[in-house]
Amino acid sequence: MQQIISLLMENKPGALMRVTGVLTQRGYNIESLTVAHTVDPTLSRMTITVDVDAGVRAQVIKQMNRLINVLQATDVTDGPAANRELVLLRVRSGGLHRTAILDQAKKFHARVLDSTSEGFLLEATGDPKQLDQLVAIMSDYGRVEATRSGIVSMSLERKKLRLSAPVARRPAQTVARPGAEMSAPYEMQETE
Amino acid sequence: MTSAGSSQFNLGSQSKRLPGAKILLECLAHEDVECVFGYPGGATLPLYDALYDHSIRHILVRHEQNAAFAAQGYARATGRVGVCCATSGPGATNLVTGLVDAMMDSIPIVAVTGQVPTKLIGSDAFQEADTFGITRSATKHNFLVKHVNQLPQAIHEAFYIAASGRPGPVLVDVAKDVFLEEAHYTPVTEIHLPGYKVFSSGHAGQVKRAAQMIWDAERPFVYAGGGIIAANASEELRAFVELIDAPAVCTLMGLGALPAEHPNFISLPGMHGSYAANMGMSHTDLIIALGVRFDDRVTGRLSSFAPHAKVIHVDIDPAEIGKNRRADLPIVGDVKHVLPKLTADVRHLAPAMKAHRAEARNAWWKQIREWKREHPLEPQISETEIKPQHLVAEIDRLSRGRAIVSSDVGQHQMWAAQFIRFNEPRLWINSGGLGSMGFGLPAAIGAQFACPEKLVFALVGDGGFQMSIPELATIANHALPIKIIVMNNGCLGMVRQWQQLFYKNRLCQVELNSFPDVEKLAGAYGFKGRTVEAVEELNRVMEEAVAEPGPYLLNVKVSCHENVYPMVPAGGAINEMVLGPPQPVEA
Repeated sequence: MQQIISLLMENKPGALMRVTGVLTQRGYNIESLTVAHTVDPTLSRMTITVDVDAGVRAQVIKQMNRLINVLQATDVTDGPAANRELVLLRVRSGGLHRTAILDQAKKFHARVLDSTSEGFLLEATGDPKQLDQLVAIMSDYGRVEATRSGIVSMSLERKKLRLSAPVARRPAQTVARPGAEMSAPYEMQETE
Repeated sequence: MTSAGSSQFNLGSQSKRLPGAKILLECLAHEDVECVFGYPGGATLPLYDALYDHSIRHILVRHEQNAAFAAQGYARATGRVGVCCATSGPGATNLVTGLVDAMMDSIPIVAVTGQVPTKLIGSDAFQEADTFGITRSATKHNFLVKHVNQLPQAIHEAFYIAASGRPGPVLVDVAKDVFLEEAHYTPVTEIHLPGYKVFSSGHAGQVKRAAQMIWDAERPFVYAGGGIIAANASEELRAFVELIDAPAVCTLMGLGALPAEHPNFISLPGMHGSYAANMGMSHTDLIIALGVRFDDRVTGRLSSFAPHAKVIHVDIDPAEIGKNRRADLPIVGDVKHVLPKLTADVRHLAPAMKAHRAEARNAWWKQIREWKREHPLEPQISETEIKPQHLVAEIDRLSRGRAIVSSDVGQHQMWAAQFIRFNEPRLWINSGGLGSMGFGLPAAIGAQFACPEKLVFALVGDGGFQMSIPELATIANHALPIKIIVMNNGCLGMVRQWQQLFYKNRLCQVELNSFPDVEKLAGAYGFKGRTVEAVEELNRVMEEAVAEPGPYLLNVKVSCHENVYPMVPAGGAINEMVLGPPQPVEA
């Protein structure tokens, strides 16, 4: 089944690989993935669409939440969430159907980014299924080429973000002798 | 993030400029690292140059994989973070098995690797490997340090991540120029990892409900694992088990969590668990799972596992809960914190509830004892040959539940887990999850460095021993009094067992001929070695080995046809054990 995962994570090298690793380790194919920094440039928001076995949906989310760079991973498949996608669509109709193409584009609130005698370059955003329709319709008028952004998602519910507070690094002690009694290495920080 | 703090390293109140290599060593000293297991190379030259006049002890192993295993042995024996070090490229890739092994068994180690200089990263430079990428899935977390200013924070975060929560391996890959670059060094006082969630206390309401479930159960069964050892919660486990007076099993990773001689302890469960343990698991109505992960070697066929049981699952890692078996009552928390609360809640309910299930509980214990009597876990001993089980029983006799036994992987490991009593945690050291052959000898080295006063056995097969045979040099080098016991059956016993049982006895590539003469081998390294074949000599020679003040390599030729029983065939239900070899039919 198709699962949509929304992640808030630290904007650090390697963080993307850690997240996708949870999926690729299982041999799952990522359908789409978008990532960009948030209002806070040290954080990124990522949306992944992936084909998973229904039984491991929750497990995948837990394993992502376990990653140190991930602040929050949420399953937004069953919403409520706004899921949007952007498509850049080149339609080459060889100069034919120009009015019809523009008419249809208007219906989908698509913008014309470039116009040549060959055809148009259109930009549209919307629900991914709507964009599928747009691409299908335009295919009737000529050869099309599409670049899609993949889904970007934002949950309509505000999920409480639980973050760990800073912890004091324990002060240096005298080096314990081998086999000497050990102490708990750190004060654990409660985050539940 | 950093601020000036007091330092025992005469840095004064003002920070001073140090090269990255020295900063790294200062950081290790701040983490109370007393020894590092490693192997130098091109990319770590500046680090080893700084080590030349630093008090941190470096143990030169003979292969980087063994540095990771030795660091694990150190960590498993003490609970402290083990540290290993390797150079870039092949040095780092050689660490990988040890890292994955630590990952599978949740062992806290920090690996420091050298990387080619920042400018050369990505250019296929000499001895360059994408260590950061390669070890991503082999570690709990990893770092690539490309600037000296990031170094202290990375090192301290690495130690914090390795030791806290569910422990695990962390790797810090340091570019060579970072070791040389100078920077002001001020000790790190604070660690801030907003996304790193450590759950420790456990939900109070859930704990209360668990206490009620325990009293409501007729046939409760405690299933304790490596989490108890990792949390140093043996005392808490013991108090809990004694209060509820339920039978308890400890997994391969959890042996010693409850003393083996404790009356409530049964054995390990699972593929080579005892009849009573597996029957108990199959008939219980309440599994109290503490720091375990319902591993396939424990559960057998999952759909038939403990069919009548509700499950209380306590684990520090939320991702473990419900992964393999649904938990009726999940508690996310550190067993060290959760168990005392649970014990208190159970005790609180005792006056009202104790009589409640008394009759059923008595019947349950009677049944458990009957299963134990029907098929006891007892080593077979022959008068004409040394049975492998006999050898393991000898180690048990000499250990008296108090020696460290570092095991390799295979039949000997399973027999050791069955027959050697561990009355304390952190005595049983073995590669449980990954099952890495070659683990036993280097892990024993780490354990002996950690506990110089303890008797340490390295129990290895003739296969695994030869995988880490170069470490004999490390042992000789430091005159480590490790008792290396080679259970020599002339073949890869566990693989042979499976070929016999499941591949129509078509034995393929399992014979190990040309095993070296150990007297000469150990002699070449300058310590004692001998071979024993006669059963009447075994106990005397074993005593001689233990009495020897230095290392001892003992090659014990055991009968080669023994297999490990009971055995649950892979994919079978755990109550469908094969209890022994097929008996010859009488004519």
